[in-house]
Amino acid sequence: MIAGVSDLTVRYAAATALDGVSLHVADGEMVALIGPNGAGKSTLVNALCGLLRPASGTIAVRGDLALVPEGRHLFPSLSVDDNLRLGAWRRRRRDTSHIYGLLPGLVKLRDRPAGRLSGGEQQMVALGRALMARPSLLVIDEMSLGLAPKIVDDLAAHLRERNTVDGLAVLLIEQNARLALELCARAYVLEAGRVVAEGPSAQLASSPEVAAAYLGLEA
Amino acid sequence: MAALVQYLITGIGVGCAYALLGSGLVVIYRVTRVVNFAQGSFAVLAALTVTTLLAAGLPHGLAEVSAVLLAAAIGLLTGLVATGRPGTTPQSALIVTLGLGVFAYAVEILFWGDQPRSFPGLPGTVAGVQSHYLLIAAVTAVVLAATALLFARTDLGRALTATAEDPYAARAVGIDVRRMGLLAFVVGGALGGLAGVLITPVQQVTFDSDVALVVNGFSAAILGNLTRPGLTLAGGLLLGVVQALVGGYGSTSYQTEVALVLMLAVLIVRAGSTRAETA
Ligand SMILES: Nc1ncnc2c1ncn2[C@@H]1O[C@H](COP(=O)(O)OP(=O)(O)OP(=O)(O)O)[C@@H](O)[C@H]1O
Ligand SMILES: [Mg+2]
Repeated sequence: MIAGVSDLTVRYAAATALDGVSLHVADGEMVALIGPNGAGKSTLVNALCGLLRPASGTIAVRGDLALVPEGRHLFPSLSVDDNLRLGAWRRRRRDTSHIYGLLPGLVKLRDRPAGRLSGGEQQMVALGRALMARPSLLVIDEMSLGLAPKIVDDLAAHLRERNTVDGLAVLLIEQNARLALELCARAYVLEAGRVVAEGPSAQLASSPEVAAAYLGLEA
Repeated sequence: MAALVQYLITGIGVGCAYALLGSGLVVIYRVTRVVNFAQGSFAVLAALTVTTLLAAGLPHGLAEVSAVLLAAAIGLLTGLVATGRPGTTPQSALIVTLGLGVFAYAVEILFWGDQPRSFPGLPGTVAGVQSHYLLIAAVTAVVLAATALLFARTDLGRALTATAEDPYAARAVGIDVRRMGLLAFVVGGALGGLAGVLITPVQQVTFDSDVALVVNGFSAAILGNLTRPGLTLAGGLLLGVVQALVGGYGSTSYQTEVALVLMLAVLIVRAGSTRAETA
């Protein structure tokens, strides 16, 4: 196991956003987390990344974890290259050249302020920034939101490549459940702060409830 | 003519102090979103400290540098008190800095009394200009350039900017945003202290000199939206020169008012032009 939470409860003031959630990602595994708006997906991500203190439960992270946050959250006035450098803030070496090798689309954007890029370009930078940490687990919150299908395919291809080439583990939070279940071998379904289903993606996709709620198929 | 040149020189000297102080405000505001009203106190405390250190026999240079370092430490303390508790809003931190500024009065009067003080600056003249004014301009140029380079060319500067622009994302990449905020207060304290140390040989300091300094430094910084160091420098120099001219040809009692009205005019003109841009 590379990271996991068990029996995690997170509250915002009085409201309970996560209620006893357990989830884990094994070494080199790609795991999807799907669920409706407000289910608590981002809350889980933030707690896992240490950005939010849980009310109870345990969080275990082995190895380095990097986050592509929901809404991308680039540093708008800084150049693409500076955004990438800051991705390696925890590391001593902050050389960005290997990222341009992995994501060649970023080469021509190198000196542009990140705030002036298109949504798709920004998501690519956000992915590059996270990869700069040389993580063993990459957490992506809402990869495809608001992006054109072409870019989404690109991003998915990059993820698959990092997973097969470097053994990068991925926790993918995704509105597009079809894409998520296709990309990841295993998945969790979160609703109203609880895990309501989990298992191999193929098995979840064939369950009538999941298919009806998330794949737009008749139950 | 000779008088005009002298006013310009005086104005630039004072303007440099405003620019340094204003840049300190900008650094702190950019990183923490806190408007630090204790900024003028850093200058006054540093200046008064120099008078004491010189009287105690410390040589020039060492006394001034020590006072600037003390101001940096006071900046750190201010940051700790104003923003140390997690969840403090920039608005309540602003009120705390205001309170700390008033508290500084008590400390200053206790240790140094309420009479004006000064100490000698760099003696002599170069080409008819008092050397100390040249020193002020040179030190200001070097220090502000170094500050600009820190932000533009170092990873630490990038991290400070990142903290200012998106604290959440900064935390996500592992930047300790609280530490960055405190560092900004240290830099702001040093810049404020430097302003006081440089200006006092040509303009006496009293415990309440911080008001004029912070009002003018703030005006200079506002010209740059509290975020643009280059415009802050321009604003500081403009204020200093206009005040020197008003004081020289008119009355010293209206110096600050005239400068502030001018600054207001600049802001109104600029607000008009940005509206035209966005319309
Ligand atoms: N900062 C906050 N303060 C108070 N409540 C919050 C906060 N952030 C989220 N919530 C609430 O917690 C619940 C879970 O939110 P969360 O953002 O984790 O959902 P999500 O599954 O990521 O949703 P989405 O698909 O819209 O991104 C929601 O009811 C939300 O309103
Ligand atoms: Mg979310």
